[in-house]
Amino acid sequence: MSLLRLPLKEIHNRLAKRELSATDLVEESLARIAAVDGKVRAFLTVDEEGAREHAKRLDQVDNPVASFGPLAALPAGIKDNICTEGIKTTCASKLLANYQPIYSATVVEKLAKAGAITIGKTNMDEFAMGSSSENSGFYPVHNPWDLTRVPGGSSGGSAAAVAAEEVYFALGSDTGGSIRQPASFCGIVGLKPTYGLVSRYGLVAFASSLDQIGPLTKSVEDAAYVLQAIAGHDPQDSTSANVEIPDYLSQLTGDIRGLRIAVPREMMGEGIEPGVCEQVQKAINQLEKLGAIIEEVSLPHIEYAVAAYYLLSPAEASSNLARFDGVRYGVRKEGENLIDLYMETRSQGFGDEVKSRIMLGTYALSSGYYDAYYLKAQKVRTLIRQDFERLFAKYDVIVGPTTPCVAYKIGENADSPLTMYLKDILTIPVNLAGLPAISVPCGLSEGMPVGLQVIGKAFDESTVLRVAHAFEQVTERLPQPQIGGIRV
Amino acid sequence: MSKYETVIGLEVHVELATNTKIFCGCSTEFGAPPNTHTCPICLGHPGVLPVLNRQAVNYAIKAAMALNCQIADESKFDRKNYFYPDLPKAYQISQFDKPIGEHGWIEIEVDGEKKRIGITRVHLEEDAGKLTHDEYDDTSLVDFNRVGVPLIEIVSEPDLRSPQEAKAYLEKLRTIMQYIGVSDVKMEEGSLRCDANISLRPVGATRFGVKTELKNLNSFRNVERALEFEQQRHAEVLDRGEEIEQQTLRWLENENRTKLMRSKEEAHDYRYFPDPDLVKVYIDEAWKEEIRSSIPELPDERKARYIAEYGLSNYDASILTASKKTADFFEQTTSKNVDPKLAANWITSELMGYLNSEGLEIDQIKMTPDHLGEMISLIQKGTISTKLAKKVFKEVLDTGKGPQQIVEEKGWVQISDEGQLKEEVIKVLANNPKSVEDVKNGKNRAIGFLVGQVMKATKGKANPQLVNKLIREQINL
Repeated sequence: MSLLRLPLKEIHNRLAKRELSATDLVEESLARIAAVDGKVRAFLTVDEEGAREHAKRLDQVDNPVASFGPLAALPAGIKDNICTEGIKTTCASKLLANYQPIYSATVVEKLAKAGAITIGKTNMDEFAMGSSSENSGFYPVHNPWDLTRVPGGSSGGSAAAVAAEEVYFALGSDTGGSIRQPASFCGIVGLKPTYGLVSRYGLVAFASSLDQIGPLTKSVEDAAYVLQAIAGHDPQDSTSANVEIPDYLSQLTGDIRGLRIAVPREMMGEGIEPGVCEQVQKAINQLEKLGAIIEEVSLPHIEYAVAAYYLLSPAEASSNLARFDGVRYGVRKEGENLIDLYMETRSQGFGDEVKSRIMLGTYALSSGYYDAYYLKAQKVRTLIRQDFERLFAKYDVIVGPTTPCVAYKIGENADSPLTMYLKDILTIPVNLAGLPAISVPCGLSEGMPVGLQVIGKAFDESTVLRVAHAFEQVTERLPQPQIGGIRV
Repeated sequence: MSKYETVIGLEVHVELATNTKIFCGCSTEFGAPPNTHTCPICLGHPGVLPVLNRQAVNYAIKAAMALNCQIADESKFDRKNYFYPDLPKAYQISQFDKPIGEHGWIEIEVDGEKKRIGITRVHLEEDAGKLTHDEYDDTSLVDFNRVGVPLIEIVSEPDLRSPQEAKAYLEKLRTIMQYIGVSDVKMEEGSLRCDANISLRPVGATRFGVKTELKNLNSFRNVERALEFEQQRHAEVLDRGEEIEQQTLRWLENENRTKLMRSKEEAHDYRYFPDPDLVKVYIDEAWKEEIRSSIPELPDERKARYIAEYGLSNYDASILTASKKTADFFEQTTSKNVDPKLAANWITSELMGYLNSEGLEIDQIKMTPDHLGEMISLIQKGTISTKLAKKVFKEVLDTGKGPQQIVEEKGWVQISDEGQLKEEVIKVLANNPKSVEDVKNGKNRAIGFLVGQVMKATKGKANPQLVNKLIREQINL
């Protein structure tokens, strides 16, 4: 059995007894990547040398877990929009095909301090714009459960890498569902923390007011460990919250008796695949059996969430991506003059989805349209936030499906971005409200994984993790996906 | 004179003298080798985030307060989006609808008339980098040392009615910024920059005429000259019955004319929106009070005090207070029982004359205020005459030695010993009988001549008042 499938406690035991080394884990990860990533294509860069060196350093200490903490020696995948000093960070864009950051993101520094080993950079939708990882400027990612299907996105590479056991865990970023949706599609756990809990410093911005970094893992407990390592105030991020970070692990009690759980009817009805509804309903029944109080509620404004999101996020993106002009870094396409240089660099460097969002955002911010689009969308955002606040006055968490459907075929929605946009209806409202939410596997539909989404109050990751963990404990684990017949 | 009234408004940028940049820890020092004061943040690398420098906010509040602005309780930052190679993020972090200060004013004086000029707003923003165009190999080079240096933009109301008023306004702004110490305000180093809007309208009209915007006004003189040029051009266009086009123009100093930069159609749409990477700035009463209490006496107050307390003329007081350094020099000079009027005279005439001819600033010379004070004390005590003092003055400037020391070394002590002077007087009277006769016949000017002869005989060291008295005694007047 793969070393990367061992429970974390088992890895800790073996490391402590020197029955297992960091080098063993790294070699296992690299071998697995060599074996399956030609099919999955979860990675854009694999830093074999760096990972091996790091493992060697860890192997020089008696017990890396005692010295560095619970993530020590774990091979990790980092989404390619998170800066890693000296390791290419391309955001899956041709424009940044050659970009090597001169600094590391705060989360990367924190993981390094915790002893986790960066194996490589994971594939994604270009600049995190997309829900299928088909928009990678280099090659699409394939779902380990069915290589003809998408892994979700935009953190599709991170999700697929964890699902295919290429790494022990991965980091992703979530702007409108980009951690939770691929986690759901790939049958793993994905956590989007509260906006401001994890530093964004070094995350290449897509939509700054929505972006948040979080873990993709095989279990809720692992997610809690990773969150523990990356959460916390960062003076380099003005939007990072200065809050006390609880001990998340101690919250995983399995006890959710008396917890009040809301199920919005808007999330369980029309537009949700029956197979998804069925698995999620079963999960809700399980939660009830565990002693939680379930009530049906309404989030009246979420029907406007997608529309608001597709004004706000492109507006911010149009400004955030303006710096990619070919002047200082990235791939420059020369032109006759300055304007040509800008146009050639950006026309050739960006993919279609990125270009349409830049145009959409530029339009929404234009003089004369600002009030009708950007400002109106901000008002909708406030209403959605208030919808959630009302519910959270009475309930501890909100649950429902993470996505309206299971992973679809690669190319299936390629001609209809709008169809794909609308599939983010269940995750987007959470980003608009800045709340924490997790996706945890809750069975299969058509042989593909379904995710249960648990949404919590701001900075109440503890309860979100507790509910997801309690559910996980009473649910049958999904089998390991057979990647195109490759023996595991 | 004219049938038109000129309307001018100025947009002034002032670089704040913080140690570090507004959103990162890089140094703001001027004149370092290109691109040495940079980091991933000010270079706009992917993934970086800005963190606001509190000192920059303090300075902006201080400036806005000194310009009599209302200070916002809640202020925020916005992105101003445009592409240019000197702007690494392709947006400038600035302030759009919630500036640090609004609704201020300052007072200017032109031809003895005082006038209040409104300040629309004072907002905080980051500076851009600096482009150099190499015409020989047709390349452009960019230096990012300046990018992220904190700036305040001070926008005036269209209250200025002549190029002279515009210049006076700008000079007053510079003086105030100097006094509160928030900026070097050196136009030649770019820490004070000015754009101007100008329009003309028929005298008596209430609606504004079409305006043009002038850029590249890189000295006080150019501000005035460019506005005079543009005022004249507007008048000629209007006289021909034509209309002014709304344009942005560049002042070409060497050709003494303006040149089109862009027309109204080419105006940018900056797509301002709130910067999601920064949080709102809440300025509470305690913070305001802290800044308010740090504002020193401003030039207008100081001038009024000089007139009231020291009895200086409006003219002298204006000159002394026009620069904080000069005013400080003056006060230090008078700190040790030195007659303020004498000190004012020496500074406004001898010292200023020297500075102008040498092209120096008052803090770049060898003479300290204590030197000048000591020298004036020597005059007041009668140790040296005014005539000797001029020699001492020059000697201090040349050598940096103290006046007392110079007087001792050179033996320039005034002779006030009656016995010694009497001998010299008697000799001079004996050698100039005609002049003595003239004096007796009531020709007072002849006394001057005789005093001069005694001064000459004593190499200028005689106490002239005493010599005068002794001559009169000898001739029995």
